[in-house]
Parts: sequence; structure tokens; C-alpha cells
Amino acid sequence: MSLVTRQSTLDALGLRTPTLEQPWTKDEFMDALAKAKASGKYEFAFDPGTAWTGEWYPYAFSPFLQSFGGDIIDRTTYKSAEGKLNGDAGVAFGEWWQGLFKDGYAQATQDPADRDAGFNSGKYAFSWNGNWAAIGTLAAYDDVLFLPAPDFGAGPKIGAASWQFGVSAKSAHPDGAAKFIEFALQDKYLAAFSDGIGLIPATASAAALTENYKPGGKLAVFFDLSAKQALVRPVTPGYVVEAKVFEKALADIANGASVADTLDAAVDEIDADIEKNGNYGF
Amino acid sequence: MATIASDNRGLRLAVRYAVLILIAVIFIFPLVFMLMSSLKPDQQLLNDTGSLAAFLPVGDISLDNYSDAFKRAPVGLFIFNSVLVTGVTVLLSLLICSAAAFAFVFVDWRGRELVLTAILATLIVPFETIAIPLLLIASKLPWLGLDGLTFGWLNSYQVQIVPFIADGLTIFLFVQYFKDLPGELIEAARVEGASWGQVYRRIVMPLAGPVLATAAILKFLVMYNQYLWPLMVVQEEGYRPVMVGLQYFFQLNRAWGEIMAYLSMITLPVLAFYLFLQRAFIASIASTGVKG
Amino acid sequence: MASKFTRSNRVGWLMAGPAAFLIAAFVVLPFIFAIILSFTNQRLISPNPTEFIGLSNYEQLLGVGVLSLEPERDAAGAVLRDAEGVPSYKALRSYTRNNPEYPQFDGMREWFSFQQGDNRTYVLARDVVFMKAIVNTFIFVIVVAPVQAGLALVLALLINQRLKGINLFRAIYFMPVVVSIVVVSLLWRFIYDGSSGLLNNLLGALSFGAIPKVDWLGNPSTALGAIIAMSIWQAVGFHMVIWLSGLQTISPSLYEAAAIEGSSKWQVFRYVTWPGLRNTAVLILIVITMQAFSLFSQIDVMTGGGPLDSTQTIVFQAVERGYGKQDISGGSTISVILFVIVLSISLLQRWLTREKN
Repeated sequence: MSLVTRQSTLDALGLRTPTLEQPWTKDEFMDALAKAKASGKYEFAFDPGTAWTGEWYPYAFSPFLQSFGGDIIDRTTYKSAEGKLNGDAGVAFGEWWQGLFKDGYAQATQDPADRDAGFNSGKYAFSWNGNWAAIGTLAAYDDVLFLPAPDFGAGPKIGAASWQFGVSAKSAHPDGAAKFIEFALQDKYLAAFSDGIGLIPATASAAALTENYKPGGKLAVFFDLSAKQALVRPVTPGYVVEAKVFEKALADIANGASVADTLDAAVDEIDADIEKNGNYGF
Repeated sequence: MATIASDNRGLRLAVRYAVLILIAVIFIFPLVFMLMSSLKPDQQLLNDTGSLAAFLPVGDISLDNYSDAFKRAPVGLFIFNSVLVTGVTVLLSLLICSAAAFAFVFVDWRGRELVLTAILATLIVPFETIAIPLLLIASKLPWLGLDGLTFGWLNSYQVQIVPFIADGLTIFLFVQYFKDLPGELIEAARVEGASWGQVYRRIVMPLAGPVLATAAILKFLVMYNQYLWPLMVVQEEGYRPVMVGLQYFFQLNRAWGEIMAYLSMITLPVLAFYLFLQRAFIASIASTGVKG
Repeated sequence: MASKFTRSNRVGWLMAGPAAFLIAAFVVLPFIFAIILSFTNQRLISPNPTEFIGLSNYEQLLGVGVLSLEPERDAAGAVLRDAEGVPSYKALRSYTRNNPEYPQFDGMREWFSFQQGDNRTYVLARDVVFMKAIVNTFIFVIVVAPVQAGLALVLALLINQRLKGINLFRAIYFMPVVVSIVVVSLLWRFIYDGSSGLLNNLLGALSFGAIPKVDWLGNPSTALGAIIAMSIWQAVGFHMVIWLSGLQTISPSLYEAAAIEGSSKWQVFRYVTWPGLRNTAVLILIVITMQAFSLFSQIDVMTGGGPLDSTQTIVFQAVERGYGKQDISGGSTISVILFVIVLSISLLQRWLTREKN
């Protein structure tokens, strides 16, 4: 994922171009949004993608929380979210998130059509989006920039996700299945897969064979972003509930609910669910 | 005097039609929007929502969205699945529910009142309250098919059909209708030695045209438009009905033109069926709905 | 009419058997399951064995509490007030989180509160979202039942005229009924869109820009209303047809008699039409009410329960909990609660509309 914008936008607003080594700080990012809003050229300065309800919310927005120093759950024990989601860092994140909408930089409710086509038609100055949407944006403009996530204090973070092959324990032909997987994971197929749908290939050697991710390729920057900034979502069966609770908390905060109370309620629900399920084996 | 009166009448008539037309527009404009949008490329579609052009076939009109929709998802397969599931359920439902209603109304048997009351009581249970336990049950049921005995009905046709064959509303409609039929006819036939099967087939069912139509239509609408249940129990592409097929269009790279085309394609068969038979449609629902 | 010719246990069970069996297996059995599951902690997929936990699920969903707080006072005993003169109170969090003196409130949140003189009374709930869902569902039912029934009656009266082409209008008014509510919801999202929606554009054009753009689905005060309007739009044609049939069973001789006596249109309606429609009215109201309690698909497609829980409904919560969060026991509990509510309302309606002979 990255902060998508255009070189011409940065130039027009007089902003420094952030790099992987020196991403924007929170203040620089908010300053950029303020300038974009003041220019009057955009309907909204920032498009986080609130139209994509569902897993997008935890995937795309929990990295911001993690960059503030909080998290969806305490990853040392995986038994509670207390102090992580509703501690000082969590509340700071919540207030920043609420500020985005209260101060008019982004829309709390967004039409899905705007999410799909808004940035490409000039509605937004900055968009928070993933590599799968990059091809469309590259077609719309010729000076697209994929900037690293801002650093809100604990280092810039972006979401990470991947697809896996698996063999069922009850499979009748485990050897054959394993052989197939080995076959399918050859670099040339990983590369073909990536060229076909635009996702990051799983190995560097496969990346070198692809159109977009080879060194110097149009989307090669995502490879580096992924390597440097990505943080996986919590690795626990309890994530099913945590994701939904987090999504609802963010939506409520965006709509103006009290930050501290909403986060407290979220923590309560997550903790109750974990307890109800015997700590999910942790 | 006569001319003034007729002028007045002309004016009143015009006003009546104007009101009717205005209301008709309110009922039809979203469908027109859907149809028109399906003919436009995405960008234009989104721009046009800001003006009257949304309802007019202007601009870059083509059937591209339709062909693109077919590329994105096996639309034909989805429609086939829906029609198959709906058709089989409707036919079996008419047979089994009418037979049950016949037994409740014309045959005297032990337990009749109790079973009928129990069935009618289920009218109060909304489907959503039993959906989830039903999901659990369906994942464990046995089935004797071409592969022999298998367990688990998920991702199949039977899971979409069998739970819905018998339902309280259909039985209620048949019972109400049969109660109004002349009982003497049946008595007379029985006295003359007709078997129950003959009474059912030769006497009652031929008279059941209106209620058969009503039950069929209501069942058809419910089954074809189903969303929650197939969503939960059918994930495999081969068995998906149209409403679940919609998901294909809402993943990454949403193309609104294609979505409109798909919506049009899945709605048009029902609309066509309805418009073609609407006189009978409406008349039958009306005729069996009322006798409280 | 029981006689030798109509009595037959074998035939009775043979013909009613299949239907009875299917309903027992696919409606009654899951329903009983739902009740049993509501007393357990069953999950959709879990390696842990299922345990009975008694009424814990019900407590979790329906638990409420009342707390009355006195205002904070300064050293001299006078009430501390803020800039607008509103008394200030100790933070609710201190009572509801880890306070050993009030264990019954642990984990509860404020549902609503009201002033009583200088004291403030807080009504707390363990699951505020579910409480809101119940309230929203009731609002939906209370608004939709009379409005939809009434509009359907008006339409039926309109269609009941002998005008040329009236059948075409009847067909058009019924059309939305055959379209899937999912399709309807998607289309109406475009209509309700806050920035470029068709409704906003229409209102703007009609008022020459005086009416501002409203984010119908994104504003907590308009979202439920928007859903209500759309739901009525989709379903009113169906009930119009039922009213129509009721209208057409009223004997024309009654109308003739009224015409002979020179009754006004209103008198005709009140004394001829309305009494003849009584049975129809009862049927329609009961059907609309039961359908309205099942409000789900529109919410799922359009608002997901938001914004700020203004469109939460009971069934939506049941599916979210049972299927989304995979808490089968919680979903089942909500289902049972829904059934009890619907049953009570149905019985109440039947009692209120019983034939007073």
C-alpha cells in the first residue's frame, strides 16, 4: 500500500517529496492535507477509502494505529487489547482519525464509485490505496507517485497480506499435491501470476521476471515498501472478531462518536470474545 | 352548459392522468436508470448521475458492458442455476403443499388439527431466525446421489431447494382456497366410490387454477430473489445463483457499467415474465389474498 | 363433515406427511436448535467443546442497569457547574470499569440519560448496539406499517377507477415488487449518494439550489428514514393489489344505494368502503408488521448498520454475530429474542383486531 499522488500536486502545493528513508512526519502529512484543502482544487484532500467497508478497514487503517504506537491487540500475549487499542497511543490515533473527517479532509461516508474513480478523475489530492489499483492510476496520469506511509511516531507501517497454498491433512494424495505446489511456485509462474493481476510476486527472483516489479519497473517501489514497512495483521483465530470490532470502532469515530468511549467498548468486546473462547489456545 | 361541463371533465381527466403518470414515474425511474446505465461506459455513467442524462440513452451507447460482464463472471451459469433451483422448488412446492392442504381440508384424520396448527404457527418464525442453525444442520445431512452416500449438503442444488419446498404460507393459501370450494362435490364423489387420489386429481386440482398461480408466483419471487441463504451455503461457483454471483462484480476493480449490465440481466427475465403474465399475476394474488 | 367417506388416517398422513416432515426438519428443528444453542457458547468452527452457559448470552445482550448520580460539589457544598450552567458529574467510566463497589455495572455503557433536577440518571446497557437495534427495528415497524398500508390503500383507490389504460399503471406500480431487494438497494445507493446522487440533484433543481445536498445514508438522522422510504417504495405495490381485491369484493349495490342517498365521497368511503375492507386491513397490517421485523438485506447492502448504529436492526445483529463474528450462540440468542417479540406483537394484533361480537 502507499500514499498515491502526483508529482504535479506536490509541486503545486510546495511539498517535499518523501522517500523511503525519510517519510513524512505526522505534521508534514497534515500540513500537506491542509495545503491541498486550501488550494480549493480538490473536492477532498484525502481519500482513505471509507467506501470499502469490510476487511479494508483493519488492513489499511490499523497500520496508522500501529504507527502511532498502538495496536489492535497486545501481540505479546494475544489475550487482551487493553492498553493497546485504548491506551494513550490508541486514543491519539483515534483523535487524529476523527480529525480527518471533522476538519473536512476526508469523507466519512463515501460512494463506492468515488473510491474507484475519484482519484483518477482529480477529486482527491492524495489517495491511500494498494498496488492492485496502481495500474488504473498509472493509466490515468503520467506523473503518479507512490509515496511511503507517513511516520506517526513509531515508524511508518503498511498492511501486509499474502495468498498461501495448503494441503489438507485429510488429503488422499498429499505427495502429489505437494509436487503440484512445488511446480506452481516456480518463478516463471509466479511472474505470470503477477503480470496477470498486478500483485507483488512472492520472491525477488520472480520479481525480476515480471513487467512491473523488476528493478526499475513501474511498481517496483511497492516491493521495497512491502519489505520495509509491512506489518502483518494479528496472527490469532480471534482476529475474525477483532477485525469486525475495529472496523466498527473506526466507522463510529469517523462519524463523530466519542473516541475514548468507542475504543473502550471495542476493547471490552474483543476481550470478552477472547475470554469466551478460552483465549483461543494462547 | 354542455360544453363547460365537458371542458371540466376533460380537465379533470387530464389531472387524473397527470397524477397517475407522476406516480408511475416514481415507481419506474430507478429501473430506467439501471437499464440506461448498463449501456454507458463507466466514466460517463458516473458523470451522468448528476443530471437527467442518467435516464436517457445518450453518449457512448453500446452493449460492451454486457459482453464484459460475461467475461468477468459466468453469467449464463448463474442464471441457469437460479432458474433450475427456482423451477424445481416451485413445482415440488405446488405438489406437496396442495396435497397437504387437501388432506387438512377434506380428509378427516387423527392429528389433523394439531399438525395444521403447528404448521401455521411456523408462519411467525422469520427465516432469518433459523438460518444459522439450519446452516449447521445442512452441513451434516446425508444425501444419496450419483456418488453414493455423502454427508453435507453445502455447495449443492438440494441445499437450495429442499428446505423451501414446504412452507407455512403456501399451505395456508391452499387451505384458505380449498375451504371455499363446495364440500358437497367431494362428498358426492366419495360416496360414488372415487378414491382420494381421484378426488384430488380430477375434482380439486382442476378448480385450483387461481391459487396455483398465486402460490407459484409468490414462491418464484422468493426463490429467485433469495440472497442470505445462498450466500451462506453456496460458495462453489458451479452452484451459485444470480444474487450471489453479484459478489463477483464487487471485488477489486469494480466496473459500475458491468454491474448495471449484470443487474439488468438478472432482473429482466423476472420483469419480462411478470409483464407478460401480469394480468393473471395480479389477479391471482388479489383473489386469494383476502378471505381473512 | 366427518363420515365414513371422509375419514382416513392413512390417506391423511400420506398426503400431509411430506409437507409436515419437511417443515419439521427444516423449520421446527432449526428453531429448537436455536433455543438450545442460545444457552451454550457454540461457535461456527471451534476445536473447543460446546458448553452450557445458561442465561449468560441473554444477560450479555439484554442486561441493563440504572444509575443515578449526584452532581459534583466543591468544598463548600455548592454544585459545580460548567460554562453553560450544566452540573458536572463524575465520569461514568469510573463506575463501569473495574469498580469493586458496582460489580453489576462492570462493562456496561451509557445507553441514554436524562436530568432530574440536579441529579442525572443514566440508563446503562451491556450491549448498547443491540439496544439500538431493537429501538430502530421498532421505529421501522411503527412507521412502515401504517404508512405503507395507508399509501397502498391510496394507490388502490386511485387504480380502482375505470380509466383507459389503468391496467398499465397497475402493472407499473407493482413492478418494484418483483425486483430483488438487493438490486433495489444497490440502485437506491446511487439515488441517495451525498454528493452526486439523483435525489440531491432533483431537490436542488426543484428548489433552484435552495435545498442543500444531504448525505442521506451517511447522516445518522436521515439514514433510517432513507431506508424506510426505499423499503416502502419496493413493497407498496404488493399491498396495493391486496387492497384492490378487497375493494372489488364490496358489493356495487352498496355504492348504488349510497349514490341514491346523495352521500359525499368521504361518506361513501367511511360507511361503505372502509367497513368492507376490515378483513383486508387486518391481514395487510399483520403481514407488513411481520415482514418489517425481518429488516436485513437493505441494511447489509446499503449501510452496514451505520452510521453510528442508526440503522442497526435485530436481524442484522443476528447475522453479524452468528455469521460474521462466528458466534453461533449469540446469533441464536438474538433469533430467539426476535421470535418472542414477533410472537407477542402478533398475539397483540390478533387480540386488538378480534371480532367484537
